[in-house]
Amino acid sequence: MGFVPHVDGERRRMLEALGAGSVEDLFEDIPASIRNPRLDLPPPLSELEAVEALKDLEALNRYPVRGGDYFIGGGAYNHHVPAAVGAVTSIPSFYTAYTPYQAEASQGMLQAIFEYQTAIARITGLDVSNASLYDGGTACYEACALAMRQTRRRHVVFDRSVNPHYRELLKSYAHNVKAEITELDHSQVAADSPGRIAERVDDTAAAVIVQNPDFFGRIADYSALAEAAHARGALLVMIVNPVSLGILKTPGEMGADVAVGEGQPLGLRLNYGGPYLGFMAARRKFMRKMPGRLVGQTVDEKGRRAYVLTLQAREQHIRREKATSNICSNEALCALTAVAHLATIGKRGFVDVARLCLQKAHYARMTLGAVEGVELVFEGPHFNEFVLRLGKPVEDLFRAMGHSFEPGIRLDRWYDGLSDCLLVAVTEMNSKQHIDEYARRLRDWLCN
Amino acid sequence: MIFEKGVAGRRTSQYPAADVPEESVERLTGGVLRSSPAELPEMAEIQVIRHYQELGRRNLSVDDAMYPLGSCTMKYNPKVNEAVAAMGGFAGLHPYVEFFRAQGTMALLRDLEDLLCEITGMRAFSLHPMAGAHGEWVGMSIIREFHEASGSGRSRVLVPDSCHGTNPASASMAGFAVESVKTDDRGEVDIDDLKAKLGDDVAAIMLTNPNTLGLFESRILEIADLVHGCGGLLYYDGANFNAIFGKCRPADMGFDVMHLNIHKTFATPHGGGGPGSGPVGVTSRLEPFLPVPRIVKNPRVDPQTPLVWSMDFDKSVGRVAGFFGNVGVLIKAYVYIRMLGAAGLRQASEDAVLAANYLKERLRPHFPPAYDRSCMHEFVATPGALTEKSVRTLDVAKALIDRGFHPPTVYFPLIVAEALMIEPTETETLETLDRFADAMCEIAEKATADPEWIHGAPYSTPVSRVDETKAAREAVLTAPIEESASAG
Repeated sequence: MGFVPHVDGERRRMLEALGAGSVEDLFEDIPASIRNPRLDLPPPLSELEAVEALKDLEALNRYPVRGGDYFIGGGAYNHHVPAAVGAVTSIPSFYTAYTPYQAEASQGMLQAIFEYQTAIARITGLDVSNASLYDGGTACYEACALAMRQTRRRHVVFDRSVNPHYRELLKSYAHNVKAEITELDHSQVAADSPGRIAERVDDTAAAVIVQNPDFFGRIADYSALAEAAHARGALLVMIVNPVSLGILKTPGEMGADVAVGEGQPLGLRLNYGGPYLGFMAARRKFMRKMPGRLVGQTVDEKGRRAYVLTLQAREQHIRREKATSNICSNEALCALTAVAHLATIGKRGFVDVARLCLQKAHYARMTLGAVEGVELVFEGPHFNEFVLRLGKPVEDLFRAMGHSFEPGIRLDRWYDGLSDCLLVAVTEMNSKQHIDEYARRLRDWLCN
Repeated sequence: MIFEKGVAGRRTSQYPAADVPEESVERLTGGVLRSSPAELPEMAEIQVIRHYQELGRRNLSVDDAMYPLGSCTMKYNPKVNEAVAAMGGFAGLHPYVEFFRAQGTMALLRDLEDLLCEITGMRAFSLHPMAGAHGEWVGMSIIREFHEASGSGRSRVLVPDSCHGTNPASASMAGFAVESVKTDDRGEVDIDDLKAKLGDDVAAIMLTNPNTLGLFESRILEIADLVHGCGGLLYYDGANFNAIFGKCRPADMGFDVMHLNIHKTFATPHGGGGPGSGPVGVTSRLEPFLPVPRIVKNPRVDPQTPLVWSMDFDKSVGRVAGFFGNVGVLIKAYVYIRMLGAAGLRQASEDAVLAANYLKERLRPHFPPAYDRSCMHEFVATPGALTEKSVRTLDVAKALIDRGFHPPTVYFPLIVAEALMIEPTETETLETLDRFADAMCEIAEKATADPEWIHGAPYSTPVSRVDETKAAREAVLTAPIEESASAG
């Protein structure tokens, strides 16, 4: 029971070595009035019983057995994960270790994180990356905090095309530190976004936060907004889907100062929302303002290449209340997953998967948009997501589609004007056949 | 280094060709294209696997060796937990599926909330925080909202001088000023100093109990009365909960808000620095402030959907995670608690405390404890007479690596010079505890005779001591892009 190895004779030997009469003597500092409460917990289970109990719970979840029946995204996406990635992340020397405080005993994890930092910098087109953050949403408020530290201003500007959960997180954080927020309506045409947002950036703004592709899947070039923000002394923070960077212009190329995002599409399973991976890359001049762990390259006493946690004077265990963040351990194994995934799909695969998402999403957008009664809400370039207006209450659609088909995400909870709309995501997992079948189901539902 | 391996054009897995009519990428993207492909590795699958196998060999873990890292609870991570969390019905579920499709996971999470309430005595839990420090920030945000709702603008938070660095950092991120309280000569909160610092502007005190010296704050009930008497709240940092789960409950000690470190206490793997999980529990008067969304019974009659996520809590601190927290980690903790039951939890904490006290005695001749009294699940030792030979704690740590052990936590807590914070956990066998004690004593004897030897340790690792100054000064955080992509 409890994965404890001791037999009673061993416990007695240890107690004798201590000169203690019983284990209870060791707990005497706990006031007797609150010691040994009766806990009303279910009886213990053997491994076999536990697995069966969990299978019963698993059976209550109804998710598409065929990957191609998933048309749901919104920041977490259904992608193929090569088997090699799972083989890497199940190496016990990684997953049962802790934060690599002792460099000589932890070169494996330190090097893997250094390689991860390199990969994130290269895909975002920026200079440096940290070792990971909790998830895409929390990475947004960490970027906002970085910008406020850097500019000594306490005001951030974004529009409603940013992921609604991320906006809620930004508001929770801003409320805490009494920062000001300007939230703008989203543009009907994505290409207008940079200009419209730029008009609202003034000399009080620490950061402008934009998402590309935005929550509706729309692509825009924010280069002009970067210039406008810089002219006002503000930073441009870009939220990006890492998979899109296989082909899309990078935050670095657009002039962004910080890129953050959700690393889940880089080889992590959906996991009902976590564990995921927040990534953050930035211009080198902001390196010392970054939150979280950083791994640096150095040498050992014999001049051999070695890796170590570095620039720790930013961190909580040294700076305490003056640290750049309270973040400590977070998602190292997920960062390892991401870099193993990028290495496995490689330079070519990273481009291929982005192109497949783009092409299939375009085909799906045209095919579903052609169904009678369906309207495409936004024009212009899209990456792997788009919004359909169905003209009927979307809630009924889900049950009508059956248990093993996920048609998309309802937008009514966040956008009043989009209450009869659906956000549809398409990845390399969705074949033409799946998409055509979706169109057929949608036509049937709309006709009834 | 992975970016130095591979050959231009070499590849591993291939994606299928597009099965839809392809259009111009330039046109579909509006020309918003990157100028050149990202310089990622071009390797065969066998190279990728061998690369990580090699890195794995250069990394010490719990599955390799005893890992007595104080305050981190590096216990064994049961393999069944990995298998269960990876089941398709759990791991394949998208967070935006309609509620009726996620009833299994939601029922598990709801049940886990109840189990954690029973174990801690708290009234309600939020499972959203994704690490201990994240939980602290959420907990301190709850405390701030509570005081603001009751109309008192309390600005100060007290922490002991022995606290984890995350405590002051989290309080600061939640908008508070932070002040330290001294530790007395028994290693506990100095009550006189606490009294002097309490006032009607104190929002809360953050405490770890047992504290970072591995000692239980025996006057905790008195501390709770003092803080509550001033209108302040008590925050429980659950980093050391492994010492007392099943033995005593934070709510019974008088704590109002707490977090648990799921990856420490509940045996989920530490992942080389995460993913963890840091659920936050509160007593009933703070429940309205918990993060949203929360799992509640469906107000509508729907046999397919007994549970729903609700945003309908107007005093809530708001959303704190992208989705619902690290669900994959929470599933593992749920299996662990269900397998142990109440008696198993108590046995685990008792064995953890017994093992720590046993090691403390075995090490005493060479490594005297900083506070000479019964400890809980960990203790802080010092190098004793070795310091006269200019042998430092860091030297002992490095020599331990050569003996096949991960070192303890070193130089923490900050209030003990040359601290060695040792936490053996309940899952190490007596043979291993004895081997560790023997190794420590041999190291002390050898270092006494030959201090030069220990200054050179470790000798068995792929690298010797690393140049941290150079790392910080040059700050090389990424690999340079090779001139030729076909380097060996």
